[in-house]
Amino acid sequence: MLKWTRFNIISVTLGFAFLYLPIVLLVIFSFNESKLVTVWGGFSTKWYVSLLSNQGLLDAAWVTIRVGLLSATVATILGTMAALTLVRYTRFHGRMLFSGMIYAPLVMPDVITGLSLLLLFVAIGFDRGFWTITLAHTTLTMCFVAVVVQSRLLSFDQSIEEAAQDLGAPPVRTFFEITLPIIAPAVLSGWILAFTLSLDDLVIASFTSGPGATTLPMRIYSQVRLGVTPEINAVCTILIAIVTVGVICASVVTKRREIQRQRDERAAAAGA
Amino acid sequence: MGKLTSGLYNRLVIAIPYTWLLLFFLAPFFIVFRISLSTTAIAMPPYEPVFSLADGWAGLWSKIGELSFDNYSYLTEDSLYFNAYVSSVVIAGISTFLTLLIAYPIAYGMAQAPRSIRPTLVMLVILPFWTSFLIRVYSWIAILKPEGLLNQLLLSLQIIDSPLIILNTNTAVYIGIVYSYLPFMVLPLYSALEKMDGTLIEAAQDLGCTPIKAFWRVTFPLSIPGVVAGCMLVFIPAVGEFVIPDLLGGSQTLMIGKTLWNEFNANRDWPVSSAVATILLMILVIPIVFFQNAQAKAEERGK
Repeated sequence: MLKWTRFNIISVTLGFAFLYLPIVLLVIFSFNESKLVTVWGGFSTKWYVSLLSNQGLLDAAWVTIRVGLLSATVATILGTMAALTLVRYTRFHGRMLFSGMIYAPLVMPDVITGLSLLLLFVAIGFDRGFWTITLAHTTLTMCFVAVVVQSRLLSFDQSIEEAAQDLGAPPVRTFFEITLPIIAPAVLSGWILAFTLSLDDLVIASFTSGPGATTLPMRIYSQVRLGVTPEINAVCTILIAIVTVGVICASVVTKRREIQRQRDERAAAAGA
Repeated sequence: MGKLTSGLYNRLVIAIPYTWLLLFFLAPFFIVFRISLSTTAIAMPPYEPVFSLADGWAGLWSKIGELSFDNYSYLTEDSLYFNAYVSSVVIAGISTFLTLLIAYPIAYGMAQAPRSIRPTLVMLVILPFWTSFLIRVYSWIAILKPEGLLNQLLLSLQIIDSPLIILNTNTAVYIGIVYSYLPFMVLPLYSALEKMDGTLIEAAQDLGCTPIKAFWRVTFPLSIPGVVAGCMLVFIPAVGEFVIPDLLGGSQTLMIGKTLWNEFNANRDWPVSSAVATILLMILVIPIVFFQNAQAKAEERGK
């Protein structure tokens, strides 16, 4: 019989230690008094305070957040449509190409995506900056949204939609009143994934940005090259905190909805 | 009326994302290819010829005549590029194999875990993936440098006498790739192993298989779809990796993503960078098609 043996427990524990140790160390050293990143000099929050006066970093953070919010939102709309296409329309002209274009960006090296988009923007004479980064991030992250939403749509009972349409609801109304509420958790986690991917991206943003639009990863990267400072640890810790809170909120919402849905289903079953 | 709106609706749902991807994903590759046939110019854009509709057909044709494969023959002449391609594929291949070795026991352990804690374990694997990739790579600098935490630990335990030089070597690049891409390997392996029917192992053992033999003859073959998906998810992006070799690797670490970045940002040679990207893409087309087929099969199975 399959068992949760000691070997299994050890390998999972070691695996998670490997995954989390660097992140935990980084957070700990962001509260380090010493300027040396590897020597503990006592607890201090001075690096967080000094962040507040680092205008370059704050500006970069603001650009990153705006790019992230806008690109994640557009990517969620496009990605949800793409997921519907992948799941519902199994036969149309060019479907192979379509699914290829959804999956390829997931694995495409960033340098290729970045370079190709840059050359596109130059060829059509589009000034690089905030908008080009946003367009690039939208294109990349919509594919991730599509994959996340697609997996939810696959387990979706289509007869509910058919019932709504039989009762006279037009397709758009069916989508907003029936489909969207059911796939909402996946759409939300798609949005969060798109947002964090956008926050995270260095290479594509560097290729597609222009003067005046520097994102936080670009800023962090240029500072890291000059030498590691605890200030960067502090920025990274704040980013980790934001993402963790976002992920926890999302999972709480998802769980609540799931419980609610099960309760509704039981009630419906009892009623029938 | 209902038919009409639903026809329009269907078409829009397909056409909008389709058009977007054609414009911003596929078309750019043709532009890369076309610029790879140009020559460098000191102008903006820094390549020639530049096509313009104002020239009319005759002008267009004469400019097409100016395109050439010179950049590609340049790539074959300078051994730097060839070595960079080979070393990228080798580094990515070795890293993928190491990632598989490390990820398999983790995924296996997760799949055997009590059902109630499995979703939490999956969440814990995904969580680091949602914290910045750049930050995670960066945090390894503090661990691996000569006066870093790993050396401090090993020295204080008296395992070593003098600090190990890991940062700025290929070893650091391997560590960085394995670490960063581990979740991409664990998740597909876990989903393949989790679906497996435990009674098959029991049957094999009842028929006299030792646990190890049962693993090789039953468990591992059944997990192959997960192994393939995981290896593709790690190998393809690793070949073109830029951040990891740049931050953790030394000057002698040769990877094509870094070469392309330097060619573009330091040398500002757009046509040669485009040629480098075109060849990189051609090297990756086979694994990408492989990956896409695996995805399409998974899509079929999901139905």
